[in-house]
Amino acid sequence: MTGHIMTSQRPALDSPTMHSTPVRFSDVTKRFGRSTALAGVTLDIPAGRTTCIVGPSGSGKSTLLRCTNLLEVPDAGTIRLGDVEITARGVDLDALRTRIGMVFQNFHLFPHHTVLNNVTLAQQRVLGRSRDEAVTSARAHLDSVGLSRLEDRRPEQLSGGQQQRVAIARALAMEPEVMLFDEATSALDPELVKGVLAVMRELAGRGMTMIVVTHEMRFAREVAQQVVFLDQGRLLEAARPAEFFDSPRSDRLRSFLKQVL
Amino acid sequence: MSGASKIGNTFFNWDYIKQALPTVLKVGLPNTLQLAVYASIIGVAVGLIVAAGLLSNNFLLRFPCRVYVDILRGLPHILTIYVIGQGLPLAGITVFGNNTYGYAALAIGVVEAAYMAEIFRSGFQSVDRGQVEAARSLGLSYGKTMQYLIIPVGIRRVLPALTGQFILVIKGTALVYLLGLTTDQREMFAIAQDTASNSANLSPLVAAGIVYLAITIPLTYAVNAWERRWRTGGKADPAVPDELTEQAMG
Repeated sequence: MTGHIMTSQRPALDSPTMHSTPVRFSDVTKRFGRSTALAGVTLDIPAGRTTCIVGPSGSGKSTLLRCTNLLEVPDAGTIRLGDVEITARGVDLDALRTRIGMVFQNFHLFPHHTVLNNVTLAQQRVLGRSRDEAVTSARAHLDSVGLSRLEDRRPEQLSGGQQQRVAIARALAMEPEVMLFDEATSALDPELVKGVLAVMRELAGRGMTMIVVTHEMRFAREVAQQVVFLDQGRLLEAARPAEFFDSPRSDRLRSFLKQVL
Repeated sequence: MSGASKIGNTFFNWDYIKQALPTVLKVGLPNTLQLAVYASIIGVAVGLIVAAGLLSNNFLLRFPCRVYVDILRGLPHILTIYVIGQGLPLAGITVFGNNTYGYAALAIGVVEAAYMAEIFRSGFQSVDRGQVEAARSLGLSYGKTMQYLIIPVGIRRVLPALTGQFILVIKGTALVYLLGLTTDQREMFAIAQDTASNSANLSPLVAAGIVYLAITIPLTYAVNAWERRWRTGGKADPAVPDELTEQAMG
């Protein structure tokens, strides 16, 4: 199934402008009031690979992801995107964010725009692309997520799975170097999860740098090159999937896996 | 005379209504609409700016906007209209020369802006935080997020409240008689009132009332229909199949 989703023409995705960039977290700390969401997380996200972050709720997974494009600003520590220290002062936030795509649990499409215009808006208003360029690219990306026929619909007329795939197309149309997925399938009905995971799998297969916060353990095992376990804001384990799932080192991860598998 | 016929004669005397209607329609209606439109343009423009100020994180921007809204919503409109309509020219600020009309529109507009600012603010705040974050994550600046997401979505959401406010403006134009208008500048209510006092009968006011209703009721329904159409946007089966679901099924 995943094989032929992407067999249609997709010029924008194959274009040589697609390149991936590594991300490096060093001792990242974030507090909300008195509670510590991240207690010094150090982690390398290799370019072109998929890293899945798992852990109980409240463990800081989403916070770490949201720090990556500075939707949350860390209290301490540094984050580097390639050669750029994004946590440094004076970073151009908006320019930085065009290099990092993000997909949210609840899709967050623009409710007043059609599917097509959801994907063209930032291309035109942020990247300064012409309407024609933006539409061509949007159609290619919508096609690649299997939605080319629904470009005139409004978000509310789509299923959750379709909305999420529009959100992925919208992020990809900016030609990001890193993609962040924040529990992208958690709000979906079970039968809609597959389609979204298929799109993510394809993207991973084509060498996008991906950081995926997920509860889908099967996806983590099959797709990720690295799986990370966060608990109470601390990074307890980061390993290849086989090692992570088959021989967890910490008791905490062992008991977590016992609960979720 | 029975009570009913007294009421009928005082309010619904057809002769007086017929006498007042032509001037109400020919002179009053255009003046009323013009004043309402100018005042609303001022109200919307100033209201949008003040609403943005109310939502600002910067105290120096937020505070004066808050003061503006609190004072202008708290004062009787008559007082504000006097202060602007007569106070400004007295203070030597004669932007509109001797044109009472300009001051009247400005005065009503400035009052409306305070109400509209609160309506806009509530609309902007109703825009899903997640959608704002999604816009920011695509690289839209705060200003562009405002322009392309928060304002268009927020305004649609408060359209019914804005219509209500516009109707208040239409009726509020009646207050400009305070500033003293020439015969040709009178809006509907002033004309009706003059005719009423000349004839010692209230029927001309009823004539004006009918014209007010003839504007405000269709307006309300038009906006509601427009809003409903926008909201449902040709409702379709939410489970529209696409390439991917079809493949998944077989």
